[in-house]
Amino acid sequence: MAQTLRVPGSHELRRVIGDGEAIPDGEVEGLEERDLLELYRSMVLLRTYDERSVVFHRQGRVGTYAIFWNHEAMQAGSAYALERGDWIFPSYRESAIGLLRGMPVSTVLSWWRGHPSGWWNPLDYNVASICVPIGTHVPHAAGLAWGKKLRGESGCAIAYFGDGATSEGSFHEGANFAGVMRAPLILFCNNNQWAISTPLAAQTAAETLADKAVGYGIPGVRVDGGDVLAVFEATREAVARARAGDGPTFIEAVSYRTAPHATADDPRAYIDLERVEEEKARECLGRYEAYLQRAGVLSDELAEATRAEAAEALRSGIAAAEAEPPADVALLFEHAYAAPPASFAAELAELRELLDG
Amino acid sequence: MPELSYREAVRDALSQAMRNDEDVFIMGEDIAEMGGSMGVTQGMLEEFGPDRVRNTPISEMAIVGSGIGAAIQGMRPVVEVMYEDFLTISMEQIVNQAAKHRYMSGGQLKVPLTIRTQGGAGWSPGAQHAQQVEAWFVGVPGLKVVFASTPSDVRGLLWSAIYDDNPVIFFEHRTLYGLKEELAEEIEPIPIGQARVHRQGEDVTVVATGRLVHEALAAAEEAGQQGVSVEVVDPRTLQPLDEDAIVASVKKTNRCVVAHEAVTRMGFGAEVAAVVQHQAFDWLDAPVERVGAKFTPLPFAPVMEEYVVPHATDVLEAIQKTVQRDGSS
Repeated sequence: MAQTLRVPGSHELRRVIGDGEAIPDGEVEGLEERDLLELYRSMVLLRTYDERSVVFHRQGRVGTYAIFWNHEAMQAGSAYALERGDWIFPSYRESAIGLLRGMPVSTVLSWWRGHPSGWWNPLDYNVASICVPIGTHVPHAAGLAWGKKLRGESGCAIAYFGDGATSEGSFHEGANFAGVMRAPLILFCNNNQWAISTPLAAQTAAETLADKAVGYGIPGVRVDGGDVLAVFEATREAVARARAGDGPTFIEAVSYRTAPHATADDPRAYIDLERVEEEKARECLGRYEAYLQRAGVLSDELAEATRAEAAEALRSGIAAAEAEPPADVALLFEHAYAAPPASFAAELAELRELLDG
Repeated sequence: MPELSYREAVRDALSQAMRNDEDVFIMGEDIAEMGGSMGVTQGMLEEFGPDRVRNTPISEMAIVGSGIGAAIQGMRPVVEVMYEDFLTISMEQIVNQAAKHRYMSGGQLKVPLTIRTQGGAGWSPGAQHAQQVEAWFVGVPGLKVVFASTPSDVRGLLWSAIYDDNPVIFFEHRTLYGLKEELAEEIEPIPIGQARVHRQGEDVTVVATGRLVHEALAAAEEAGQQGVSVEVVDPRTLQPLDEDAIVASVKKTNRCVVAHEAVTRMGFGAEVAAVVQHQAFDWLDAPVERVGAKFTPLPFAPVMEEYVVPHATDVLEAIQKTVQRDGSS
C-alpha cells in the first residue's frame, strides 16, 4: 500500500480538495458517491449539533459547552475510516463523535446537560467516556489497543487530542508505549493551533507536531484538517498499518480554532480576529460542499434536505433530552463501586431524609 | 502442604490466575527476564511468554493508564509499579481515571485493574524509595486498597483483587517477601474488606497493618509476659475498612492502639481512631494510641531509618500507655 511517510521538518499538508481555482480537486481511491454523501451527512450533523448546542447553552438548556465548529472534517473523515469494532477515545472536542456511531442526539445533549441519560455505555458504541483532563486518555487507548493485540483481535483504537495535549506527559508515555508495543493505535491530533489562549508557538519548539512521531519510531503524517477527504485517506492508511501489525501512526491534522475554546471563553483578549475571519471563510464544511458541487454529486436540493434532516434531529434530540425525568438521587452514591460500600445505605438515607423533610 | 514465601505466594496467585483466565496478564518495569526488582515474577516469562508477562518502558502513567484501557474492554490486567514511591507519577491515572470511570459512565464501565506495588523501610533505600503511601489512596471513592501481611493473606487477597470489578491498589511490604508459611495448593480467596484477628486478647486491641502486624505480634508476646493480654487485628483491606471487626474487638478489650509504618500524623491510624471513638466511645478506658513513623522523610543512614520507623518496642510502649491510663495495671 501507499505509505504516508514524510520528511521530518516538512510543513507540507496532504490534501485532496482543491480550491476551485489554481489547486485542482483530487479523488480518494475506493470512495464512491454514496461514501462522499455519507461523509457530507456526518459533517452536516456535527455542524448542526455544534451550532444548536451553542444556542442551547445561551438559552440555559445545556451547560458549559466545548465548541468544535470547523473541526467536523477531522472528526467525520477519521471516524469514517474506522470499523464499528474499532474504539474511539474522544476528548471533549469530539463530544458528539458518537453520533457517527448511531448514538442518539439526546444522549450527547444529556451529557452536556449533566443528566444521567447522557452516560452512554462505551461498550455499546465502542466510544470511550470523555476524559476532560488533557491527554489522559492516550494511555487508555494504547492499553486497549495492546489488549486487542493480546487477544488476537483485528481492531484498533484511535485517540483524539489537541495540539496542547502533546505537551502532556501522558501523551508522551502513551505514544511511546504504543510505539514500543506495536499497538494498533492511531494518535489523531487536531492541531487547531490554540490551547485555550496558548498558541502553538508557546506550546512547543518543534517544527511541526508530526515531527514528534520520529522520537517514537512511528510514522507522522501531516494533513489539512479542513479537508475531510485527506483526513479520511490518511486515517485509512493508519488503520491499515494498525491492522497489519505495523503499530501506531501519528496524524497531525492542521486546522484553526475559529470559535472560542468553550462557551465560557472570550478569545478576543488573545486571538487575531482578522485571522479568525480568514479561517472562517475557508471553513471545512463549505469547502467540502463546494467540492461535491464541482464533482456534480451534491445538488442544492440534497444539501437542503440534509441540513433539514440534521435540524430535525437536533429539534427532537433536545426535546427528548428535556423530557428525561429527574435523576434518582441514589445515583449520587451508587456508581462509585461495583457493589455499594458500607457507607452507602446511611449516606443515601441521610440524603433522602434531607429531601423529604 | 508446600511452604511458600510471601514472594512466592504473590507469584502463585498471579500464575494461577493467568492459567485460569487468558484475560489476566501482567505488565511492568523489569518484570520479564529479570523477574521484577523484588524477584516476584521470576520464572513467569518462561511459562507465559513475553506478551502476557510484558516489560514496559519506564512509564508509570502509561503502565497504569494502559492497564485501564485493557480493563475497560473486559480484561483483568495486573500492573506493577516498581516502588510505591513512584505511584506519584501515575497519580492522575489512578485518582482521576481508574477511580472515576465507573462513576462517570453511570456504573456501566468497569475497571477490573489491579495495581501491585511494594515499599517500606528496613534496608535503607532512602527518602524516595522507602515510603508507605497507602493513606493517600484510602480517601479516594472508587478505589479499593489492600495491604496484606502474610503469605496466605497476600495470595488470597491478590486473587480477590484480580477478580474484583473495581480498581485495587495492592500494597506489598518489601521486608515481608521472605516470610514463609505452609499453604494449600489451591488458593482460598480472601474477601476484600474482611479483617483478620491474628491473636485473641482481653486487655488491648492493636490494629496493625503491613510489617507492623508482625511487630505488634512480637509486642503482644512481650506484653503477655507482663500480664497484659493483647488482641491483634489486621484489617488487611484499608478501603473498604472492616469497621465492625475493629469495633467489636475494642468493645471487648476497651483499649486500642493503631500501628502502621507510615507517618503517624495525618495517617491511616487517625481514621481508625476516629471510627473507634465514634462507635465505641463508651467502651473506651483510655485514649486511642497511635504508632507510626516520625514526621520526616526517611533518612538514608540505617541507624536513623531504624529510629524513624516504628518497631515492636514502640507498639509495646503504646500498649503499656493504654493499660496504665486507668490505673488498673
